[in-house]
Amino acid sequence: MSKQEVKLVNVPSPNFIPERDLGKPLVLETNHLGIDFGGLRAVDEFNIALGATEIAGLIGPNGAGKTTIFNMLTKVYQPTRGTIMLNGRDTHNMTPAQISQAGIARTFQNIRLFDKLTVEENVKIGLHNHINYGLPSGMFRLPKYWREEKRSHEAALKLLDIFGMADLAGKEAGSLPYGAQRRLEIVRALATQPQLLLLDEPAAGMNPSETEELMNNIRKIRDDFQIAIMLIEHDMKLVMGICESIAVLNFGRIIAKGTPSEIQNNPQVIEAYLGTNKERG
Amino acid sequence: MKNLSINTKKAFLNYGIVIVFYIIFQSLSAGGALSNSLKGQLIPIVVYMIMAVSLNLVVGISGELSLGHAGLMSVGAFSGVVAASCLSDVVPSPGLRLFLSILIGAIFAGIIGFLIGIPVLRLNGDYLAIVTLAFGEIIKNLLNCIYIGVDEKGLHFSGKDEASLGLAPGGYSIVKGPMGATGINKLSTFTAAIILLIVVLVIVQNLVNSRTGRAIMAIRDNRIAAESCGLSVTKYKLTAFVISAAMAGAAGVVYGLNFSTIVPKKFDFNTSILILVFVVLGGIGNLTGSLIAAGLLTVLPELLRQFRDYRMLVYAIVLIVVMIATNNEKLKVAVAVAIDKIKGKKTGKEGEANE
Repeated sequence: MSKQEVKLVNVPSPNFIPERDLGKPLVLETNHLGIDFGGLRAVDEFNIALGATEIAGLIGPNGAGKTTIFNMLTKVYQPTRGTIMLNGRDTHNMTPAQISQAGIARTFQNIRLFDKLTVEENVKIGLHNHINYGLPSGMFRLPKYWREEKRSHEAALKLLDIFGMADLAGKEAGSLPYGAQRRLEIVRALATQPQLLLLDEPAAGMNPSETEELMNNIRKIRDDFQIAIMLIEHDMKLVMGICESIAVLNFGRIIAKGTPSEIQNNPQVIEAYLGTNKERG
Repeated sequence: MKNLSINTKKAFLNYGIVIVFYIIFQSLSAGGALSNSLKGQLIPIVVYMIMAVSLNLVVGISGELSLGHAGLMSVGAFSGVVAASCLSDVVPSPGLRLFLSILIGAIFAGIIGFLIGIPVLRLNGDYLAIVTLAFGEIIKNLLNCIYIGVDEKGLHFSGKDEASLGLAPGGYSIVKGPMGATGINKLSTFTAAIILLIVVLVIVQNLVNSRTGRAIMAIRDNRIAAESCGLSVTKYKLTAFVISAAMAGAAGVVYGLNFSTIVPKKFDFNTSILILVFVVLGGIGNLTGSLIAAGLLTVLPELLRQFRDYRMLVYAIVLIVVMIATNNEKLKVAVAVAIDKIKGKKTGKEGEANE
């Protein structure tokens, strides 16, 4: 892959972001973030900064705490320690719904779609907070209902078109093939109009050509929507191919951060996660 | 858009069923072809249909098992009866009086639904069912010891007895604790009940295809994903519960104003379960099924009169048989095949005709 590595620059903390995002506010900054489950210190001292249009990767062996970090960022779990700043705003005490409104959207490792609803309805639920009519208009189908439903119908189709899924709009979400369900989750997350998109293993279960397509789409989403993306992924081709910065997690702690080439050559990372070429065969 | 048209078709099927039901029974009773007992059942049948649609909003669409629906119905019934009594001098038109009473009953039941919903909807599944059951019983017992009277000074309330109401001469008591409300002016008509049923159907069916309805169903299907889309779980669960409560209240008013006497005991746990049976038997989330189940099961005990003492036993057996039959995969397949065949024949004939 002919890809120019982005230069990472330090921000006024031990973190760094891509040079092009330097003038813009940080979309996410965590300080000393950590969570305990009973006596187990699941995540500790998680410090990261994300630039406004950065694509970041979070990798590490199974059970390292990657998904737990996503769950803390979206407040599915309340962190035990540390702070999460979203666009300079402290997210302390926010609920998952408020986090979504504040600008973080996510997908899930085990797909969580609204199975019995249609593809279009799934996207419209993502659009929920951007559809402007109240309960009475909905109950009695006042003109505002028709106007807003038409607008959201068009918006939903446009979003589905990113992945060429507009023709599936009327299908039941649960009946879609696995890959399409993963893509629908991303569309639904984008519909909430986030500033930061968290993707939890977006390429899981995809074949190489689908993964290739996904990589192009993730880049396209970043370019078109000008948002930051953080992803958890085990497919190293995808991670090394699209991520501008990578954080490696092991036993709940960051063991390395840097550009893809720095990570690939970091002996600690090779030891804990990547393995040597010999081991990989 | 194709999906929308399917939903709209389903909605119009339900309106069609109600209108056909109305025309048939209205003309039968006008022609004197209905027995007195069946005639007396017409309004309760429609009321139970409304109750089933309303409970389906909570059980089917919001996905929460509520066992206290009769309690909310009784709140509507008693506040509606009191309202109708008070309005009897102010509003001469019985139709308008009924309409206002329904509105007041719905508002009261909605408020009680809201107050119950705040603590109850923090729970899930079985716990929610048990606590709603408890609230239903609490409402029944509270109504059992409330005395309400009216004189020229206005309404009087008491929790003790009739005498402590301190009514001025000329005043009368409307609700007398365990004896319930007596001397009710029967305002309810079959037509009014049907209109209310259609309004309830319009509201529920429109709701399902609206922004709020989608949010309610999303929370039912996957709470965590719904929250990640920025939906407030409590807000939408409460919305569904309050709308359902208000509808149950409205149904209660029509029910209460159909009899000369109603007692709180009528709205006990058994009635809640009966409504739940309509919903479950008709198919959870299936409004057409709810309507049919509510209609058939309300008249069934009447039809089984010939079995005398074994009436309720046969009723139970019928319920079990229907449950088994509707959940039988082989039977479902057989019905689907039969429908396909009939359709196939039709289209085949049309095809031949075209040639």
